[in-house]
Amino acid sequence: MTSAIGTLTKARVLPVAAPGTITRRTHPLWFLLPAYLLLLIFFVLPTVYQFIYAFTDWSGFKAAINPVGVDNFRQLAENGTLFRALRVTVVYAVLVAIFQNVLGFGLAVLLERDTVVNRIARTFLLIPVLMSALAVGYIFQALLKHTGLLADTTWTILVVSLIHAWKWMGLAMLIYLAGLKTIPEDVVEAARIDGASRWRTFWAIRVPLLAPAITFNVATALLGSMNGFDVVQATTGGGPARTTELLNIFIYRTFGQGLFAQATTMSLVLFLLVALMAFPVITLLRRREEVL
Amino acid sequence: MSRRLQPVAAILLVAALIGVPLWLVIATAGKSRAEAIDPDLSPPTQWHLWDNLRQVWTAADVPAAFFGSLLIVVPTVAGVLILGSMAAWVLARRTSRLTAALYALGISGIILPPAVVTVVLLLRQLGLAGTALGMIGVYLGIYLSTVIFFVTGFVRTIPEALEEAARIDGAGPVAVFRRIVLPLLRPVLATATILICLYVWNDVFYAFFVVGGRLDTLPLNLFQVASAGLYLNNWHLIFAYVILMSLPLVVVFAVAQRKIIAGITGGAVK
Repeated sequence: MTSAIGTLTKARVLPVAAPGTITRRTHPLWFLLPAYLLLLIFFVLPTVYQFIYAFTDWSGFKAAINPVGVDNFRQLAENGTLFRALRVTVVYAVLVAIFQNVLGFGLAVLLERDTVVNRIARTFLLIPVLMSALAVGYIFQALLKHTGLLADTTWTILVVSLIHAWKWMGLAMLIYLAGLKTIPEDVVEAARIDGASRWRTFWAIRVPLLAPAITFNVATALLGSMNGFDVVQATTGGGPARTTELLNIFIYRTFGQGLFAQATTMSLVLFLLVALMAFPVITLLRRREEVL
Repeated sequence: MSRRLQPVAAILLVAALIGVPLWLVIATAGKSRAEAIDPDLSPPTQWHLWDNLRQVWTAADVPAAFFGSLLIVVPTVAGVLILGSMAAWVLARRTSRLTAALYALGISGIILPPAVVTVVLLLRQLGLAGTALGMIGVYLGIYLSTVIFFVTGFVRTIPEALEEAARIDGAGPVAVFRRIVLPLLRPVLATATILICLYVWNDVFYAFFVVGGRLDTLPLNLFQVASAGLYLNNWHLIFAYVILMSLPLVVVFAVAQRKIIAGITGGAVK
């Protein structure tokens, strides 16, 4: 995980290039072939298909597929579905990123020292990470059934994003713990000697040095939860009144109804949304690191 | 926080955060149907845990779903690890503009969502619709990027001198990769294995599109039966299923816990 944090943030510091003639023989390109062939067929090609079939009337009701221009987009925009699903998805992702990181960071700080109690506590916090998100959803559906928290058109989105964050907080905690371990003791000690209080040392020295872990955690939580489905499907199914209907829930529902072109259109919207957000999110977080 | 207060706070927090939901699962899975209709935190008046587990096992055909899950998870994990590290090794060692572009393409799948709807169409054209092979292909396409990302970063931390020594002894690229690089990758491959096992074992979204209704996996089975029919409002059976389904991962975790945590946190640095 630490190496992952490293590559995300230090990708520009590449090792000095070895002469090409040597790498060609010692590290042949055909090693890439199987992986990239699979990526091409099962990832790139379906993605390219989206840009074609979102503009057709592909459905489960007839065999022929005809181009229809931007009809699917217009229809989804006109009945309000497009913007509602987009808004719900973005709000959900932002809330998940906040909750997951606050929880993960708080737990990492609380359980940082290597004591027996802390080790056991960390183990328990990893159980939700191991469980299926679907199961997590059912648990909280049962737990919150009579509280009304899952039937509120304003606040349910907050509740489901908390559940999502609950499922992954253990992983965020582990990454923050790994980050805390990489902070050299002497830096912290130097600050103390200079007369910084514990509080100040924490916020002025340790937190900024955690920047790579923060980048990794925020980016994965934010962009990963845009692709969310299981937790929300198992707790609210998109309700009440479709206020928690994420893009993926819409896609699942319309696909089940045989409206393949509409499902593809929304899938393309999700792809574009994530692609558009990934760039600024990662650049922004990286720039924050550079300032330090 | 004071040293004496911290353990108390840790225990209370974990009890509230993890203990309560887990207790709900176990207590409800131990109740009779009538008692479990309104799930709450009260303990069952009489424990029916074993009966419920057995009922789920036969009525929902858990063994078939279990083998369906295994049939997909094992080849997927083996495939992404081997093919992913092969690619990652070369990507890490060659520093041309082409490999940089290929690397960017290779890891884009970590963030970009896969095209779940059109992949169904593609599988139909390939004659793989609804098959385990098609499902494995889709997972390979999704998770190869994760392996490439993790392993490339790791390979860059391994000194190339180790490879050179073997090369001077006359080893070709295949031998160098198999005998030198692959063994060194163990910690990062352990981490990747865990993450991908977790994702694939628990996935219901992609499985629904690709093999839904044709092949049962554990989460798919849970999803279908919990949504309709047999389990509707049968919380004791839903949670008995949750226990059965989570057990394999929890057992693996309990056995290899130290290694797993080290793999995720520290191992990758070494």
